[in-house]
Amino acid sequence: MSAAVPLRAGASAGAGAGASAGASARARANATTEAPWVKWTLIGVALAFLTFFLFIPLTVVFVEALKKGWGVYLAAVVEPDAVSAIKLTLIAAAISVPMNLVFGVAAAWSIAKFEFRGKNLLLTLIDLPFSVSPVISGLIFVLVFGLQGWFGEWLRDHDLKVIFAVPGIVLATVFITFPFVARELIPLMQAQGTEQEEAARVLGAGGWQIFWRITMPNVKWALLYGVILCNARAMGEFGAVSVVSGHIRGQTTTMPLHIEILYNEYQFAAAFAVASLLALLALVTLALKYAVEQRVKAQKRNAGDRAE
Amino acid sequence: MFLRKTLLTRHSVLPGFDLALGFTLLYLSFIVLIPLSAAFLKTATMTWPAFWDAVTAPRVLASYRLTFGASLAGALVNAFFGLIVAWVLVRYDFPAKRFIDALVDLPFALPTAVAGIALTALYSQNGWIGQYLPFKVSFTPLGVFVALTFIGLPFVVRTVQPVLEDLQKEFEEAAATLGASRWQTFRLVIFPILAPALLTGFALAFARALGEYGSVIFIAGNIPMVSEITPLLIITKLEQYDYQGATAIAVVMLVAAFIVLLGINALQGWARSRQGRT
Repeated sequence: MSAAVPLRAGASAGAGAGASAGASARARANATTEAPWVKWTLIGVALAFLTFFLFIPLTVVFVEALKKGWGVYLAAVVEPDAVSAIKLTLIAAAISVPMNLVFGVAAAWSIAKFEFRGKNLLLTLIDLPFSVSPVISGLIFVLVFGLQGWFGEWLRDHDLKVIFAVPGIVLATVFITFPFVARELIPLMQAQGTEQEEAARVLGAGGWQIFWRITMPNVKWALLYGVILCNARAMGEFGAVSVVSGHIRGQTTTMPLHIEILYNEYQFAAAFAVASLLALLALVTLALKYAVEQRVKAQKRNAGDRAE
Repeated sequence: MFLRKTLLTRHSVLPGFDLALGFTLLYLSFIVLIPLSAAFLKTATMTWPAFWDAVTAPRVLASYRLTFGASLAGALVNAFFGLIVAWVLVRYDFPAKRFIDALVDLPFALPTAVAGIALTALYSQNGWIGQYLPFKVSFTPLGVFVALTFIGLPFVVRTVQPVLEDLQKEFEEAAATLGASRWQTFRLVIFPILAPALLTGFALAFARALGEYGSVIFIAGNIPMVSEITPLLIITKLEQYDYQGATAIAVVMLVAAFIVLLGINALQGWARSRQGRT
């Protein structure tokens, strides 16, 4: 039809339609957006708040760390007590992250792929460590393994040490980071449902085959996401570890505890130097988190599409 | 096969239920449930008057007031500014927006001890910010509030942001068509939709602040009766080998945390039903 309309009329009609569409879009924009001064005031307020509570505190860590020059900075980081604190932090994370990873996968498999009694209670219990104060997380292990605790005498008789030693630090870290992987995996695997796994089963695949070939590829980014968060918390935990560590310099101090010791000794530059390593870890964590987040969202969207 | 027979409410052809759930329950019991029960069993050995005295001593009451008060104030500040930050991040474009968006999670990622010494340095009397303020922040209850605001910052932003992103423009257009001003539209249309998420974020920030230790102890000054938070008091009692006293206070804090947790679960249920309707 439109081909039959004379060229000039068609052109002017098109221009008219374009103009009125533009006008109505502008009117709609005015009705559902704020005046420029409101917009820029809100942006200003938001940025000012973030500046005072995020950007400046982050900056001050690096500035204070380098205040006395690179020499002092490097000396603080390679000094034996600092190195031993870094090692202990890595050990605690290297044990607690894989443990909670295995747990997270097992919990997600049972909760997301099966319907059973008491599931909601189990979900609440898994989240429990998030609502327990770090200090209390440390305290409970003192009550179990400390000298006056349930196993205190037995441990002493067998010359084993948990509290004020490395095992206690690892246990407290495991408790604190307990829910991280599970709570990333569970909602995604619930959204993905069981159809693919069931199809594989019907075609004769075994349990582990289904797990490695179907489930794992479907959740790998969420798994990585959980591990990143779990690791950041494991390396940075302070309160819980502080209660069970005993603060024996060079032996039972993790990086956050080492920072506290230095700070209380007024060695501010050294304290901030070690702190800057953890701040760098936090920045790397955020960057990785941001990159992985996009992929997790894509996997969630796919799961949602499939469900429909 | 025991768990599969007794617990499953729907038959499934998938394998591994017994192994996965068995391991989950065992691990949960050993890492979380049994150690946590130790706190409650320890206090059960106390007589009621001894327990009551331990948890209501003047110094303990002062620490509750500070912990709950500063947590509430920090969560309120975060509710207000967090809503603005979420709004700005969802609705407007400005330079470095994605970078700023990613950095909002910094308090989750930055170890609390690092945050603690950084805030103390900033707000001390010769610090970058502290020197311009007419009043003292570091080593006062105000410092506790600053630290608790910092660690609670991401919660409100991250709960409100997704709801705001999903909000359909049609509601606002309808309101505008019916003659509502922009402020009326926000107050009567947008805000009620955001309210459950906002409240959830507020409660999460509050809950996190209640138990916080690492970022607070550096900046608080830890003066008994004035700027001593409850988690620190637990540690102080432990260091004096007063295990019963420490555990009694811990149980009070645990119960408070569980009540807040139940409240958050109820709020999230409300938020979901609200979103389902829109």
